[in-house]
Amino acid sequence: MSSVSLGIPAVPPRGFGNISAVEPFPQAAHRELGNAQLRENLGHATHTIRDKRLRVVSELPDWQALRDAGSAIKTEAMSRLPELLTQFEEQFTARGGTVHWARDAAEANRIVEGLIRETGSDEVVKVKSMATQEIGLNEYLEERGIAAFETDLAELIVQLGHDKPSHILVPAIHKNRTEIRDIFLREMPDVDPALTDEPRRLAMAARAHLRRKFLSAKVAISGANFGIAEMGTLGVVESEGNGRMCLTLPETLITVMGIEKVLPRAQDLEVFMQLLPRSSTGERMNPYTSLWTGVTPGDGPQNVHVVLLDNGRTRALADRHGRSALHCIRCSACMNVCPVYERTGGHAYGSTYPGPIGAILSPLLTGVEAEENSSLPYASSLCGACFDACPVKINIPEILVHLRGEDVEAKHGRDAGPGGADRAGAKSSGRRRGLPTQMDVALGAASWALSSGDRLGLLEKGLPVARALAGRDGKISRLPGLGAGWTQSRDIPAPPSESFRSWWKKRQKDAPPADGDGSTRGPATGGATSDGATEGEAQ
Amino acid sequence: MKIALFATCIVDAMYPRVAQATVQILERLGHEVVFPAGQACCGQMHLNSGYFREALPVVENHVKTFEAGFDGGEYDVAVAPSGSCVASVKHQHAMVARWAVEKGERRADATLEARAAAVGDRTFELAQLLTDVLGVTDAAAQLGSYLPGTIAYHPSCHGMRLLRLGDRQLNLLRSVEGLDVVDLPEADQCCGFGGTFAVKNADVSSAMLADKVANICGTGAAACAGGDASCLMHIGGGLSREQRTTAGDAPVRTLHLAEVLASTREHPLTFDGGLALAGSPAGGAR
Ligand code: SF4
Repeated sequence: MSSVSLGIPAVPPRGFGNISAVEPFPQAAHRELGNAQLRENLGHATHTIRDKRLRVVSELPDWQALRDAGSAIKTEAMSRLPELLTQFEEQFTARGGTVHWARDAAEANRIVEGLIRETGSDEVVKVKSMATQEIGLNEYLEERGIAAFETDLAELIVQLGHDKPSHILVPAIHKNRTEIRDIFLREMPDVDPALTDEPRRLAMAARAHLRRKFLSAKVAISGANFGIAEMGTLGVVESEGNGRMCLTLPETLITVMGIEKVLPRAQDLEVFMQLLPRSSTGERMNPYTSLWTGVTPGDGPQNVHVVLLDNGRTRALADRHGRSALHCIRCSACMNVCPVYERTGGHAYGSTYPGPIGAILSPLLTGVEAEENSSLPYASSLCGACFDACPVKINIPEILVHLRGEDVEAKHGRDAGPGGADRAGAKSSGRRRGLPTQMDVALGAASWALSSGDRLGLLEKGLPVARALAGRDGKISRLPGLGAGWTQSRDIPAPPSESFRSWWKKRQKDAPPADGDGSTRGPATGGATSDGATEGEAQ
Repeated sequence: MKIALFATCIVDAMYPRVAQATVQILERLGHEVVFPAGQACCGQMHLNSGYFREALPVVENHVKTFEAGFDGGEYDVAVAPSGSCVASVKHQHAMVARWAVEKGERRADATLEARAAAVGDRTFELAQLLTDVLGVTDAAAQLGSYLPGTIAYHPSCHGMRLLRLGDRQLNLLRSVEGLDVVDLPEADQCCGFGGTFAVKNADVSSAMLADKVANICGTGAAACAGGDASCLMHIGGGLSREQRTTAGDAPVRTLHLAEVLASTREHPLTFDGGLALAGSPAGGAR
């Protein structure tokens, strides 16, 4: 089996940290939908960025070829992961850096804390990073008396507001500028009390606030967009220059990088530096791209570390139908085009990773049998907009469906049979085996009815009875049980008195098809006028 | 050409007039329509809800029913008036067959994947068949399609993104005599149906539907046309509910592409004894 050659343990450990929903998605979505301000901010922001992305993407005649290349490079990297990581470690070490391996969030946090302690510092500056959000590093350090200062403007807003990011690229997308001004006035010690909500003034205030931190900090913590195996080089892509400050000024630089971020060759950047900015911010070129390779004597940080983080990634890699979720370059295009995300915002997903990618990545990292993430794969109408937008062509809808299948199986104690016996965690006691739900019963019965034309035909004889359910206006507007979810905002037309199947049978009897051309063009199909069989209108 | 009609379960049971219209169109072009009696459903609702085991017999039934006719020479191609169901037949049937083998399901059949793919290859969505196989580019000239009035058009997600139908449905609608197709803002946005998504995540689904309904009503069109009865049932259900609270307006209808194309001068599409789009401003003018 391929998992052996990949060096994956039989049951890869699940991930922990901020990668779990806190409550079922429908419940969280219900609350967020009620927040009118949030919906307005989100609607505006996502539509603006959508249009921008479409414009710059359509400029490139070879966009589809670039997506194919990005997907191919990531597939190669994942299939050679153990080898590439070892190569990366050798190269990084040879150039004066130190490599640490972290199995999960707890281990990564401990390693980072230890490294900070060694410097004697109790303050760090941070470059926006998904990996450190994922492991909850800021909270972990704070509890232990180490202050971590976010330096990305939006992350700063979120941090000062004691809030959670709601978008991977625009963490404060749920705040408008008046709210931001209020946060600054409240939380920045020496801010100008006459601060207005003019974006430029807000940026200037943040700049003054951060400048002091940059100049005094001894330790910086970053994530990484890429790790180049052949050179041991790390890369961070950002647009404010705060990253460049963090990556060059402090004495010690600690980077936390998910193991899936490794790329085989420096040349591969050619592809990703075209895909990433256009997909994420809708820019043609990224403003600040920092690449560093170990230690350069007398220039930049002299104490350089990288923590390679698994936290469920090996587990995701072991799932052959889900592993391509690890190709994600965190551009956020999928959430910007997602009609569900647009309405619920990122907080509804609970995890650090919101939107369509979050709905697959979070359960893949924890295992879908982790109750808290089991509602995420259903947070999609499967419209497919995310797949079309994804620069590395992750087939998110297909993975969502795959995970729904895993969830149904985990929930109802289905025995996976011989082929499923070696599935990670499939037989563990953590599975929620429950009584059949309404959905189980409904779909079980539907399976019986819909797997035979005779049975469906027989049931359709009951259409006139169902017709009686409709009100005098010819509509069904209230149903019990599961159906209530439908009728909360939608009517159902009265069913027709006769199915097509039955109509066709009669028609064949009345005008049996003779041999030869056009014989079935009988009088029965004279016009499109609704006849007895067709009163059920779409209304 | 001999063409098998896959009516789809929702059209068979709820919208027989859509299948009747499909038959009319094809027969008008001189083709012979066959309705394989064993057919029932594509299994999409089960598949998309993660109930693969329950989907398997539904998929088996579809493959078995249609391949028999292909093999026996009873028809050359199959057509369904639904982008979503055709996408399921083309993409998901082989997938669930593979799943069953991988999982060692009791019902697993090693031959099913290839057989499902063969059926999928010969199955077409209506606009796809009309445009790519039967060469229909001008509905008025070739089908006699006539329907005075104004409509908006919603391109359903699966037809658009899984089948890559492009403008096939829209172009056919545009070539109907008397019909004005107005631009629908945010047309490419999902209506929020998504099968069991509509009940599992009813709040988000309803919020998506509300925007779709508002966009449709904003065009002033008398109807919204589309190629999927399921999405139209969802949108129509929202339009119907909306009108309950904004009484006084003429009801905005939903129409299936097949119904529009089947409408002719001699036998125009009617509802409740009147022309289908009688309330439409353009309809009055023509
Ligand atoms: S899944 Fe694709 S579109 Fe979404 S953030 Fe990742 S790379 Fe971007």
